[in-house]
Amino acid sequence: MIPEHFGYSAPSSISEALSLLKEHGEDAKILAGGHSLLPMMKLRFASPSHLVDINNIPGLSYIKEEDGRLKIGAMTREVDLEESDVISTRYPIFTDASKLIADPQVRNFGTVGGNIAHGDAANDHPAVMIALRAEVEIAGENGSRTVPIDDFFYGFYMTAVQQGEILTEISIPSLGERAGSAYHKAERKVGDYATAGVAVVIEVDAEGSCTKAGIGLTNVNPTPMRAARSEEVLVGSKLTSEDIEKAAEYAAADCSPSPDLRGDEEYKRHLVNVITKRMINKAIQRAS
Amino acid sequence: MIKCKTSREIGGMGHSIKRKEDDRFIQGKGNYVDDVKLPGMLYMDIVRSPYAYAKIKNIDASKALEIEGVVAVVTGKDLEQYNLHWMPTLMSDTQMVLPTDTVMYQAQEVAAVIATSRYLARDGKEAVRVEYEPMSPLMDPYKALDDDAPLLRPDKEGKTDNHIWHWEAGDKEKTDSVFEAADVVVKEQMHIPRIHVASIETCGCVASYDKVENHLTMYMTTQAPHAIRTVIALVAGHVGLTEEKIRVISPDIGGGFGGKVPVYPGYVIAIAVSFLTGAPIKWIEDRSENLQADSFARDYHITAEMAGTKEGKILATRFKVLADHGYTDASANPSKFPTGLFSIGTGSYDYNASFMEADAVYTNKPPGGVAYRCSFRVTEAVHAIERITDTFAREVGIDPADLRMQNFIKKEDFPWQSPTGWEYDSGDYHAGLELAMKTVDYHALRKEQAEKRAQGKFMGIGISTFTEIVGAGPSKDFDILGIKMFDSAEIRVHPTGKAIARFGTKSQGQGHETTYAQIVAEELGIPAEHIQIEEGDTDTAPYGLGTYASRSTPTAGAAAAMAARKLRKKAKKIAAYLMEVSEDDLEWEPGKFFVKGAPEKSKTIQEIVFAAYTNHPQGMEAGFEATHYYDPPNLTFPSGAYICIVDIDEETCDIKIRRFVAIDDCGNIINPMIVQGQVHGGLTQGLAPAMYEELIYDESGNILNGTLMDYLVPTAVESPSWETGHTVTPSPHHPIGAKGVGESPTVGAPPAIANAIVDAVAHLGISHLEIPITPFKLFKELKKVGYFK
Repeated sequence: MIPEHFGYSAPSSISEALSLLKEHGEDAKILAGGHSLLPMMKLRFASPSHLVDINNIPGLSYIKEEDGRLKIGAMTREVDLEESDVISTRYPIFTDASKLIADPQVRNFGTVGGNIAHGDAANDHPAVMIALRAEVEIAGENGSRTVPIDDFFYGFYMTAVQQGEILTEISIPSLGERAGSAYHKAERKVGDYATAGVAVVIEVDAEGSCTKAGIGLTNVNPTPMRAARSEEVLVGSKLTSEDIEKAAEYAAADCSPSPDLRGDEEYKRHLVNVITKRMINKAIQRAS
Repeated sequence: MIKCKTSREIGGMGHSIKRKEDDRFIQGKGNYVDDVKLPGMLYMDIVRSPYAYAKIKNIDASKALEIEGVVAVVTGKDLEQYNLHWMPTLMSDTQMVLPTDTVMYQAQEVAAVIATSRYLARDGKEAVRVEYEPMSPLMDPYKALDDDAPLLRPDKEGKTDNHIWHWEAGDKEKTDSVFEAADVVVKEQMHIPRIHVASIETCGCVASYDKVENHLTMYMTTQAPHAIRTVIALVAGHVGLTEEKIRVISPDIGGGFGGKVPVYPGYVIAIAVSFLTGAPIKWIEDRSENLQADSFARDYHITAEMAGTKEGKILATRFKVLADHGYTDASANPSKFPTGLFSIGTGSYDYNASFMEADAVYTNKPPGGVAYRCSFRVTEAVHAIERITDTFAREVGIDPADLRMQNFIKKEDFPWQSPTGWEYDSGDYHAGLELAMKTVDYHALRKEQAEKRAQGKFMGIGISTFTEIVGAGPSKDFDILGIKMFDSAEIRVHPTGKAIARFGTKSQGQGHETTYAQIVAEELGIPAEHIQIEEGDTDTAPYGLGTYASRSTPTAGAAAAMAARKLRKKAKKIAAYLMEVSEDDLEWEPGKFFVKGAPEKSKTIQEIVFAAYTNHPQGMEAGFEATHYYDPPNLTFPSGAYICIVDIDEETCDIKIRRFVAIDDCGNIINPMIVQGQVHGGLTQGLAPAMYEELIYDESGNILNGTLMDYLVPTAVESPSWETGHTVTPSPHHPIGAKGVGESPTVGAPPAIANAIVDAVAHLGISHLEIPITPFKLFKELKKVGYFK
């Protein structure tokens, strides 16, 4: 790693971190797990003049259910999600996703907050958070604000987190007893970004009708994307195979993948279709 | 299965003793080039071209030189003053060290920045401003000979096109007439993709020139230190660096695979700068530079044809190759073999007509053509024969296993003369395939496949039964730049019976420190743990051509046995003297000579060695040392029978290897555990081009996957649990009957995997898929045949 020269601070509180960000202005970058930022610095695609390392700030790493919500601290490592009982029993979508993120070395250090705050549609958590209808807690000079996930992703590497702000928590409405969730991505090899990925959350009532549906798509759109038409098809339906087919078709039609070495537009839409179908079925299975 | 002649304590051949070198490797105590730190050392980074083909209008280094700590910026014009701007390749072509006017591929070296730290060198590199005038590059080798193709090498006198060489083997007339008369002729067009060895350690060096002594010490990542020293002397002799003034040290190497045979421009620049400044210069590539600029492997476009009878008898093969060499031929083949040992491509089958030809062309790609874990283009040849054999089997409607069994050269027909001129030393191809088929229960698999197919599922079974050709080579045919391809061993046993042995080869992970010790232990009975192995220092090791092409065991391993046998003869004389008996009365068992009929009367090898220093017979030279330069009488011909079983997701086209069974025959085995490790690594490097790796360029000459994010090196996750096994057919001409194994799996695996994948979808009308076979590629092919709408 031969980056350009940069300054470095390791504050021990949010307020200290916020004042450092203010002091160093727009060339400062927050260093969390570093697994998106450091590769960019290594290739000199990013050359921040100052890094504010938030790894020493206590109280930013947790997974807890509280006030009807699942709360995940921004500095929670992927490995913590992988190993959490609450997650594996009630929110298996995270276990699915974590196991597919990069490799164990990255997951030991990479953080959930960083995965989202990087604003990359190729990352896996954005789609998962969209499916779960998460809210993001952002701390700034004037206190904290909450942003719904649908208002979070602005564009390529751009999110609601503004200069001088820090993402501190992601919270999710707790899933009910009859909810199921699942995530899968097609990847060329371990550690690769998704060729296409689909996150699905389904809730059904006692009669088997769908009461809630959340579908998020990875790396098939300029920004992380909600498959809204697909969700609409499912909510209120009996989740017949026709309904599921329709939802999958809409997801494939509504996304906007770009061709690259992973596949052309057609193959990626094809994968979105197949994986959406499979994840809906898996979520339904997990719901019962 | 393997019978050992020596005890576990001696640890000769056949014992799975633990690798001696691993003590330091697993503790992070290896000593690699980047660990070399010398006083006053400066660091080099290299400015590289963003264009594949461009004129250099101007190089402005002023901004770089303003950075405190940047010492110098070196360009082609600077080297030109010393006539060091070009250098010869191992194939007697020429390659730029630094360009004076034109760049020929993206990532080519353009200028070197020297600074007091690695970071400042990189900062300096970013600050050098180069003005280019881009030209339209020649990327498609099939267009290289078109009339309107740019002439890429006007520097070569008399050159009017981009053709490098033409090569032929076999009998054209005879082969053509067999093809004309044959019932069945099949043909496939295939590309063996341009790939990269991508060793974990990149290339680098520390060039340290001592102005007072006029002496250069060159620490570098090289698989062939002696040859490199000679090359440096040939290139730099005119500035006073003659061979005795050059010491090349190749410390621990983190993977070579052929990629560390060539001389890269970075080495030469570092030497030149050290020579001019008197400061040691360290140059260590980063990963992207390694992938984008260092020698590629493969890149053969092959038209393969097979002729045979309706009953499935193979009668003839015809291969036509177009070799894309990039802008210079920087292969590392023996001089007489521009296309390496491609003519092994007649395969493991008994027929007598074959004709092969190859043409090499220049393009605007990086140079190379290295033997990537493959004895000089054998991977390309084996892929062609094993794929076309499957196509032929399908055409005549015979199971590919049956067809192979029917056509194999029989065990009793060895030594066997191939139609392209090789004498196969030994083999038992039927036994290998039988064992592989039994291991997987082949017939049950075929049944399962039929059932799966009826349910619309894709399952495929692929076979590859290859013959390798390694151990280059006999001096009558094999040389590199005129130096014959023998190799050497020197054994020195100390008075207390412990030994040091030195070799002209250089391990890059093969485990020489263990296996060479085992060969000496086998022959002398000195425990392997008491035999120290050294390689890689040209001041101490005997001359040899290095380690690549599975040649170490066939050449230096043989030299070790021969040198040890010289010592055993001497030991016998000393033993006879010590026990006051005739040599004829003595018999050897590992570790001692004893008197026939009186086994209690004996002398151990340790006692004998001690006497060689303390009480040697009058008239005999004291000491206990021997050297041998082994010139092999023939190459060795390892073989293998591989079976791969794949399951393919019929919707996503995701390909999973369910099982992979590799039965290798590498003759006698020195260390089964090391062989198994070699096979596992080699199979993974065979899986790589079959399903993952290929260097991809766009029309403008940009590399599209120049980092490990996109150049997909398979990991343990992608690899199946490899299942290995052996048949043992010793080489009749090798002193210990060994054949070499490092490359067999890399050579044999790609067609087994490709054959399995094709087999899974052949019923839909697909007869061939180009490697690497990715899910996306398979999707497109299935769409072409109407499977996907």
